[in-house]
Amino acid sequence: MALANPKQSATEARLTALTLPSGGWSEPARQDALLRLQAMGLPQRRDEYWKFTRPDTLLDSQAPTAAVFVNDDGRMFEAYDQINIVFVDGVFDADASDELVLEGVHVERLADIADKDIHWAKDLYGTLESKGQTPVERPFAALNTAFASDGVVIHVTGKPSKPVCLTYIHNSEVSDAILHNVVRVDEGAELTLLENGPAAARFNNVTEIDIADGGTLHFIRAHGRDHERRAVTHMFARLGEKSTFKAFTLTVNGVLTRNECVIELAGNDAFAHVAGACVGDGDFHHDDTVFITHDALNCESRQVFKKVLRNGATGVFQGKILVKAGAQKTDGYQISQALLLDGDSQFLAKPELEIYADDVICSHGSTTGAIDEEALYYLRSRGVPKSAATDLLTLAFLIEAVEEIDDKVIADTIVSRLESWLARR
Amino acid sequence: MLNINNLHVELEEEDKKILKGVDLTIKAGTVHAIMGPNGSGKSTLSYVLSGKDGYDVTEGAATLDGLDLLDMEPEERAAAGLFLAFQYPVEIPGVGNMTFLRTAVNAQRKARGEDEMSAADFLKLVRARAKELKIDADMLKRPVNVGFSGGEKKRNEILQMAMLEPKMCILDETDSGLDVDAMKLVAQGVNALRAEGRSFLVITHYQRLLDHIKPDVVHIMADGKIIKSGGPDLALEVENNGYEDILAEVA
Repeated sequence: MALANPKQSATEARLTALTLPSGGWSEPARQDALLRLQAMGLPQRRDEYWKFTRPDTLLDSQAPTAAVFVNDDGRMFEAYDQINIVFVDGVFDADASDELVLEGVHVERLADIADKDIHWAKDLYGTLESKGQTPVERPFAALNTAFASDGVVIHVTGKPSKPVCLTYIHNSEVSDAILHNVVRVDEGAELTLLENGPAAARFNNVTEIDIADGGTLHFIRAHGRDHERRAVTHMFARLGEKSTFKAFTLTVNGVLTRNECVIELAGNDAFAHVAGACVGDGDFHHDDTVFITHDALNCESRQVFKKVLRNGATGVFQGKILVKAGAQKTDGYQISQALLLDGDSQFLAKPELEIYADDVICSHGSTTGAIDEEALYYLRSRGVPKSAATDLLTLAFLIEAVEEIDDKVIADTIVSRLESWLARR
Repeated sequence: MLNINNLHVELEEEDKKILKGVDLTIKAGTVHAIMGPNGSGKSTLSYVLSGKDGYDVTEGAATLDGLDLLDMEPEERAAAGLFLAFQYPVEIPGVGNMTFLRTAVNAQRKARGEDEMSAADFLKLVRARAKELKIDADMLKRPVNVGFSGGEKKRNEILQMAMLEPKMCILDETDSGLDVDAMKLVAQGVNALRAEGRSFLVITHYQRLLDHIKPDVVHIMADGKIIKSGGPDLALEVENNGYEDILAEVA
């Protein structure tokens, strides 16, 4: 009898609880994804790419329970005029959602279009995810493509007057949500996409983004304030000529977060900026894993990640810039920084550059440190009490990531959430 | 106002004595200057008074209007009316100058049991004070001291002083790194704040600054002690003859 392969048995165990949706345009893509997943297997602790983050709780066939957090701050992007689409524990809530009508953008639900034989999303669904599996495997993304129960497909044809917001509410202690979104931005079109909320006790989310020449997508995400929730998310983006993709993710609390971001700069003169700010206390593990491929001339990519950690919290950053042969005039920048508010917390960083072109500017940096004592003394000497001065410096540290957001009002909202996190401590 | 009595200070990390019995009394409304060669302990005195970490007071006392300064946190000393204009103002990326000023002003008011200053009143006051120091709106918006020139940093210190209205102002080599025009501007800022209930301790290497900020008393500090005190003429003597004569005379 052959020895059981732990990877294979873990994958099979996970799959027992899932059913592959059948029929409609997406079935071939889902079947392909399942084959991919079975071939690669779900990650194990020994896998290099999961060295800093234990995948165990993401592998269980049942999601670990997570207490539902009652948010007293109100919904994060409430104040904006928007099209809001609400999922509760991964299930669409029609009553809470707006009508999906807005000039310049066409929004549909994956579940609504599942039975159709033909849909434009067929060209994208699972395509960018599949491409993003090389050179590094991302099994949870393949699992998502195969088994996603719902999500939205967004076709941006113009410049809609307001953002589209996906609100992910976590309502049941035992909940496991798998949502898959597809965004296509036409030539010269532009959208702001907002995402907010923990979604479920355990959330697996994939967003595939295809931006045509001259298109723009601003993508701002926040994971809510639940302490016990787990999330593994992937965004896969392909950028056409002179297109812009700007993503920002705010993470406050959460026992486990793994955010993977895979970007391919496929057209000349494209811009990709990804940033994130996270604040965690105690049982908190936050992993940003980024892979940016430059495959065209004169593109710019920028990664700015900031983490504030305390009481034993852990931060992880794995960021890679791959510059392919011929991707001349690439400008790649990457910075990951952690502010440790005590001696118990840790930050694990693995910045990487792999460059096959000779006329490029690429830089990366990573720092881990405590509050600057000189700055603290300076503030206190002006009468600012120690705790307030510490908060001011902590916020200042995070603001450098928040400043990556173009929209001032959204940036201010993020800052106020960070301020209230600090005030609660 | 400020009373320093037989102050002995050592560095915390190494067994090095810096101040070896400083005595100094500054009356309300007066301007005192301290001059002295490098390494005499002038800056240490200012740090110890304002509450910087890393110094051990082994003997002696320092009080501000009878309050034991050495027993207070830096922010409490500030709220009690002590202000140190730094020799090397600290850059704080990510904190806007305006936010910093407003936070400091209101923190001190709160500590003294006063109402916070309204945003409108604050803005009006800061604009007026900034104008006198030729600090433009851009400098107020920028992060604290980040990208400021040497002169801008020193003017920013004086602006903070003008906003906080302390009663005991210590200026630690505020003239260092300044050209003649910038020094005049800073001195004007200081002179505008001179008042009956406000005292100054001006630490400097050169007599030049004292042409603009006229001291009532000049002290010479050497090897951790004040070795000689006198009128403004003492500063001129140092300017003309250096410290050697005075050091020799005391020895």
